[in-house]
Order: sequence, then C-alpha cells, then structure tokens
Amino acid sequence: MGGTGWKHRALRCVHWLDDRTGVLWVLRHSMFHRVPSSAKWWYVFGSATMMFFMVQVASGIVLAMFYAPSAAQAYESLVYINERVPSGWMLRAIHGWSSNAMCLMMLVHLVQVFLHGTYKYPRELTWIFGVCLGVLTLGLAFTGQIMRWDADAYWGLGIGAAIVDRMPVFGDALRGIMLGGTQISGATLSRFFSLHVFILPGLTVALLGLHLYSILRKGISEMPKAGEVVDPATYAKGYEERVRKTGVPFYPDAARRDMVFCGAALIVLVGIAAWYGPMGPGALPDPTIIEASPRPDGLFLWIFAALALLPPSSETFLLLVGPPVAIALVALLPFIAPRGERAPSRRPLSVLLVCVLATGAGVLTWLGTLSPWSPVMDAWTSTPVAPEFVANRSPLALQGALEFQFAQCRNCHAIGGRGGMRGPDLTDVATRLSWDQLVRQIQQGGGNMPAYGKTLSSAETQALVAFLSTLDGNALRAVIPGAMEAQSSPDAMPVAAGTRPSSGDR
Amino acid sequence: MSQAPESIEAPSPAPANENRRGFLFAAGSTLMAIGGVLVAAPIIGAAVAPGLLPEKDQWISLGAAANWMPGTTVLVKFLNPGGAPDDGITRENACYVRCIEAGKFQVFAVNCAHLGCPVEWFAQSRLFMCPCHGGVYYEDGSRASGPPPRGLFEFSWRIQDGTLEIFSGRLPGLQEGT
Repeated sequence: MGGTGWKHRALRCVHWLDDRTGVLWVLRHSMFHRVPSSAKWWYVFGSATMMFFMVQVASGIVLAMFYAPSAAQAYESLVYINERVPSGWMLRAIHGWSSNAMCLMMLVHLVQVFLHGTYKYPRELTWIFGVCLGVLTLGLAFTGQIMRWDADAYWGLGIGAAIVDRMPVFGDALRGIMLGGTQISGATLSRFFSLHVFILPGLTVALLGLHLYSILRKGISEMPKAGEVVDPATYAKGYEERVRKTGVPFYPDAARRDMVFCGAALIVLVGIAAWYGPMGPGALPDPTIIEASPRPDGLFLWIFAALALLPPSSETFLLLVGPPVAIALVALLPFIAPRGERAPSRRPLSVLLVCVLATGAGVLTWLGTLSPWSPVMDAWTSTPVAPEFVANRSPLALQGALEFQFAQCRNCHAIGGRGGMRGPDLTDVATRLSWDQLVRQIQQGGGNMPAYGKTLSSAETQALVAFLSTLDGNALRAVIPGAMEAQSSPDAMPVAAGTRPSSGDR
Repeated sequence: MSQAPESIEAPSPAPANENRRGFLFAAGSTLMAIGGVLVAAPIIGAAVAPGLLPEKDQWISLGAAANWMPGTTVLVKFLNPGGAPDDGITRENACYVRCIEAGKFQVFAVNCAHLGCPVEWFAQSRLFMCPCHGGVYYEDGSRASGPPPRGLFEFSWRIQDGTLEIFSGRLPGLQEGT
C-alpha cells in the first residue's frame, strides 16, 4: 500500500471519469482557459453577481421548506421563520440582503462593461445575454418583494395591476393573467410564487449558462487602452495572439482576485444581514386597512418617484413604451456602436451618459424616500402648531389655527418646517399672499390645491385667513395690532420684507 | 468532443426507402404537433384562463340601506365574491359609501384612479387623499388635484329589499366604464 499505488489508482479513476464524461476537456476549456493578463480587479463584479445568485438559490431552497405560498398563511409562515425556525431570521436576512447585493453587483458590472466598451465586437451576444440576466434579476427582486405578502406587497401588486391595466386592447386580459383573477388574492400569490421560484430562476440559470459559454467562446476582454481601436476585420486575430503570448490561466491566476473579492463580499453580507436582520414582513396585507402608505423596496424607489413626477398627459405612454424601448436600446447597443475606441477617456459621451443616468436615478431615489408629493396623512393630528406661531394671536387667529389643523391643511402644508410638503411651506405665507388672495386660494383652490369653498363656512375661512395673515416668517414678533389691521387693508403686508429680522424662526 | 467527425453526410438512401422515410417523418411531425397541442392546451389554458374568462361582477350586500346617515361617508368592508379558500385576509375588500340623502348613495372604490393605492377619507376637509403620489378627490369622488387622470372609481348600487347592494368583484382600473 505505497503512495505510488494510491496515486496510480487515483489517476486510473480520473482517466475512467474523463473517458466516460470528457471532464478534463471541459476543465481545460473553462477553469484553465487563458485570459488576458490585464484582466484584474475591474473584472470581479460579474463573478460576485453570480456568487450572490448562488446564495439566493441556496437560501431560497431552504426558505421554500418553511414558506407557505398561500395568501392565508404566507404572512404567518414568514413570522414563523423569523421567530421559531432555528436561524430562520438569519436565513431570511441573508436572502433579502443578498438580493440587494446581487442587484448592486449586477449594476456595477453593467456600468463597468459599458464604460470599458466590452460590449463591442465580437462580444455582442455576451452583452445581450447579460442584459436579459439584468432584466431577470429585477424581475426576481420585484417578485421577491411580493413573497413578503405584507401591505407593501399587496399595494405594490395593485400598482403593477394599474400599470398593466393601462395597456390598450390587451390590458384587461393581461391584468387577469397577472393577478390570476379579477382581484389581488391567493391566486396572485401562487402565480408570483411560480414566477419567483420556478420560472425566473430557471430562465436565469439557462441564460447564465449562455452568458458564461459566450464568455468562454469569445474570451474575456482586455483592459481598454486609449488608442486601441476595435476593428472587426483584425480584432479576433490580434486578441487570440495576445492571449496566447501574454495570457494567464483563469484558474488560479485571475480567479485569485475573484476569490478575494467574493469572500470579502460574503463576509460583509453576513455582517449586514446579522446587523439589520430580515426584511419584514411589514403591516398585514389587509385591503381594508386604509391607513397604509405603500412604498416599494429601495431598488424601485426611483420608479415610484418617477410615477409621481411624470406629466399625467404622457404618463401612460411613457409607462408602457418607455421600459421596453429602453431595454431594447441597451440590448442592441453592440449593433449601434460595434467598433471603435473602448477606453472611457476616448468615449466622453458614454461617461456623460452614465453620470446623467446615475445622477437621475440617485435624485429620484432620494425624492422617493422623501416623497414630498405625498400628503402626510396624520400630520393634522400628530403635528401641532408650534407655540411661537400662536403666541399673542387674536382670538380669531387662534380659531384659525385650530381650523388649520382640523381641515387637514397640515397634511400638505408645513409651518416652521413641520408638516406635509405637498404644498408650499406657509411659515411666511403672509409675505406672499394678501388677505384677498388667501381667501381666493382657499375657496377656489388651484395650482394643485383642492377648493375648500364648499367645505369651509365663510366664518371658518375668515378665521383661517386671520391666522395665515399672521404667518409673516417672524413668528416670535410680538404681533397683533398689525395683523388685525392687515385684514382691513388687503394690500398691506403685515411686515415689509426688508424689516424682517433674520432670526432662525423657521 | 475532442476529435471532429470526418464527415457528417448521411448515406444516401435507396430510392425505395425514400418514400417510407418521408412518410415516417411527416407522420412523426404530425403526431408530435397534435400531442404537443393536446398537452399544452390545459397547461397554458389554466395559466391564462383568468385573463380570458374573467369572473363576472356580482351584487354584494353592504347592509341595511337605512343604516347610513345622510351627509356621511364611511368605509365599509365586504368579501370579494368568488374568493378561493386560501385567499385569507385578502378575501376582504372595502369601499366608501357616501350617503347623500336617505336612499341616495355614491359608492367609491378605495383604489386611487392613478395607480390603485388606498385613498383615505378625511371627514373634516371632505377630501379623499392618496398616500402614494398625492392624488386628492372631493367628497363626490371628482378629482381635486394630483396625478389621477379621473375621479374615483364608482360601483353601481341598488337597494334590494331595504339592503344596499353594490355591483363589484373586479379590482377597479382605468379600463372601467364608470
């Protein structure tokens, strides 16, 4: 039983396996294929995306052992996983945060590949498969949010249904197919479960195979250098020659960096998951609880914001035509710009495009978290008028301050920076609108404000305007005689702008 | 895989066999097509049936018509008709009943006409406000401000044997007639 005997037997085993499967040939052309030696740290993000997908598959399979894909039990089963299944909360935390990580890595990978012009000849199909994978990843993220089956999931489906319903001719039928009926119900959850667990992951695996195969077939791109132009007539030959001369085997040379980055990313993921815990479930998916304020997950907040800001006249058109056109444009990029410079320094338009899109998405996401267009539904009861805005006011103005709360003005208007942001902050409204203008604005509305003419009596309106007329931006001023005089002379501003002290009263 | 075959040309068939092979291929294709359609019909059918053969709306009772006080708008819960056993809490639904005067109603869906979020009724300002994108409606359901392209969706109602009933079932959307 010497060492050579074992070695011999092991070798025979490998030969047997190779004879039956061809595994050595496969390994030689995959694990050990030669890659450009310039492929360094910029190239780790695709591998990280794939690794997080594998984390999703593994954690998702175990989650499916506990999750009940039934509208009657889904919510409870998630609470059960959080509370009772050993390390179940961590399982859900990893699945949720790894989903975010996968989307983030995918985005970085996409931007890197775009900026490095990697999509150009001859890697058109690699790019197109990648774009399809990107769409599938977003689909997995959206359907995953539905699996949470809480109020956000329920109303998120409502928003999805409302968008699909806007499609001419087929809208109604497509919505029925999407919801599995005429309402958001158990059938809807089952459908999205099939999508999230079978259809989308299956397609992702298939496309991932094609993506990887096309990478092996056409090779990993070299780091772009300014002045090195992609010319379909000469590129393939030159690339093969360079890789043969200076290339390194993927394993272990290039894989080292992937391993370092992916290992570190996994540890960070576990840290974040342990610190922040599982995502929800949030409020119960009860359609009769009206006091819901549905918000999508962070990834989709920019869409939520865009839906508030798109001009209503073109909204349906942009909603239905925008996404397919945008995806098609991105997918067809290799045919729009198949050749030429790859270096970002020689492609200022591409860099500008990335900057503009990133800024746009960032601003929209920020606006989405702020959602200034949404009334603060409970501001009228939860946010009182601060004392400095009612001190030393006339009885009529004090009645108006009450009216200001009770008529829910506060839901859309802030005073002193507190309250809704739907309408203008009224801290110094008296410097902008005269008495008559205030009356007209309240009674007739306009400029996105509803008309209160039928709701408020003239006495209530008088009181409200008396209060608003004291809001001159100088809350701490010992008021009153001036404010009362302002009623009788509509054009007189309570305080001239120049005389206002710049004290921090807002 | 490692060595390419020298020739992939099929040996040319004898003329007598050609008809038989052609027939077999045609028969095979036809049988596969028929079998495929037979198998696919129930699979695809079950998946798309809810879109092509939607359930019809039904009259749903909301309670005695005399229960409502004129001049008020209240949230009323009801059960979706044709629900399945596993609908759980989502079997429930809600609408706003506005009693204009005794025997005269308006019944609104809770879903905003913009993108379907739940609107909330504020009795003091007599407004419906949407928490998502800031759609606002007057008490008669007409659009007051914000992105909604129309007023609130309304259900048809009737009073049957003293009971207020609404014609509902479908989640309202912009394809709605009312």
